[in-house]
Amino acid sequence: MLLEISGLTSHYGRIQALKGIDVTVGEGELVALVGANGAGKTTLLRGISGVQPVSAGTIRFDGQDITRMAPEARVQLGIAQVPEGRQVFGPLSVEDNLRLGAYCRHGTDVEADIKRMYAQFPILKTKRNQPAGTLSGGQQQMLAVARALMSHPRLLLLDEPSMGLAPRLVAEIFRIIETLKGEGTTIFLVEQNAYAALAIADRGYVVETGQVVLVDSGTQLLANEKVREAYLGQ
Amino acid sequence: MFAEFLQYLLSGITVGAIYALAGLGFAIIYNSSHVINFAQGEFIMIGGMATSSLVAAGLPMWAAVLLAVLITMLVGVALEYFAVKPARNADVVTIIIITIGASIFLRGMAQIIWDKESHSLPAFSGETPIHLMGATIVPQSLWVIGVSFLAILVLGWFFNRTLFGKAMLATAYNRLAAQLMGIRVKRVLTASFGMSAILGAIGGIVVTPITYTNYEAGVMLGLKGFSAAVLGGLGNGMGAVVGGLIVGVAESLGAGYISSAYKDAIAFVIILFVLFFMPSGLFGKRGTERV
Repeated sequence: MLLEISGLTSHYGRIQALKGIDVTVGEGELVALVGANGAGKTTLLRGISGVQPVSAGTIRFDGQDITRMAPEARVQLGIAQVPEGRQVFGPLSVEDNLRLGAYCRHGTDVEADIKRMYAQFPILKTKRNQPAGTLSGGQQQMLAVARALMSHPRLLLLDEPSMGLAPRLVAEIFRIIETLKGEGTTIFLVEQNAYAALAIADRGYVVETGQVVLVDSGTQLLANEKVREAYLGQ
Repeated sequence: MFAEFLQYLLSGITVGAIYALAGLGFAIIYNSSHVINFAQGEFIMIGGMATSSLVAAGLPMWAAVLLAVLITMLVGVALEYFAVKPARNADVVTIIIITIGASIFLRGMAQIIWDKESHSLPAFSGETPIHLMGATIVPQSLWVIGVSFLAILVLGWFFNRTLFGKAMLATAYNRLAAQLMGIRVKRVLTASFGMSAILGAIGGIVVTPITYTNYEAGVMLGLKGFSAAVLGGLGNGMGAVVGGLIVGVAESLGAGYISSAYKDAIAFVIILFVLFFMPSGLFGKRGTERV
């Protein structure tokens, strides 16, 4: 397993956001984790990236225990995150955002990678010198994904990539995620949009109030009565 | 009439350049941590005092200057390491108060290491005044203006052209996202204190031959630098430079035309007036945000 999380707990002050989460992601897999707002999805991803303290449990990446590792060391190991709400560097140009995505790689072939990103996301090339903050929501999301890919991740963490986007753009983003999966990228996708996420996922987890309540293949979960009731409104 | 005005303008720009450097120092630290470092003025003082004593000890000027800048930078880094870092989970206001304490401590140390006397430096290229359309300017003023301008250019190059400079800007804008890029935000904080100290030291050194320096010379210079930063829009580099020049020229004109007794008051009144109508300063946050 590329990513193995066991018994992970995390607190915000006295409030326990994660109550012992177990999740695994295998090499090349696309794993979706769905759940309502406040279920602890973002906390989990931040814990994996090392920007949210965890109180107990372990995170292993490629067999190595990274539970207490500094965030930058995790990026160097190959964990990249597209954070909730995109969080692009608004005043900096699109191209500088991409460069900072490769910050940990110390300059090797960054220009070639930027070209590759422009080929994959042509709109970013058009806007390369504009401040990232002037991009539309969908464009910012593409930039956030491209920025994360600049670090050559072995594991890509996506936090609510469809949040706040128009339906047409949501479809576009999920198409991009499928393309990335097709290229062999290992992806851990966290979504409120359970239907779209489970439809493209190899496996899925359903979380409620900081705990995993269901694990199954994406298609099985989509067919599951409880999931349909709670998350798909059917 | 015009000669008089030009005279005041020139001396205003000279002192304004120092305020600009101090203002930039405030802006850099504010951006990386939202802390207002009230020990910024002490960096100016240490730069001047250290150079002065090193020259007195027999070092050539260039060596004394380099060493003094280095010493001040180390003081800045130490301030971050020993005073700010241990309180990193505290409120920003708490840390600001810590920097006020640090400034008092540094003044005290300066009294012990040096003394309470005024110290000077020889002018870098003589004292022969240059005449310009009826006004006179000492060559050192040109040094102050030139060196400050150069420092600002280098700083602009650093933030716009180097990856670490961009990483510092990114951290200022969004700390979480910066961490997710693998930027060591702690290192950014340390660098910001080091850079602010360097800027302060440079200003302190070039201005010492004109104004002299003593252990508490940093108090007023720091306050003026802070005013410059606030006037320009806290955290905006260009704003700090423009703010510094405005404060410098305003107090020079005020001292010349009204009364030198009110020169500090005039600068502060202008700032209050501007902030009354533009609370975020002249170049305060202009939104380029789209969500």
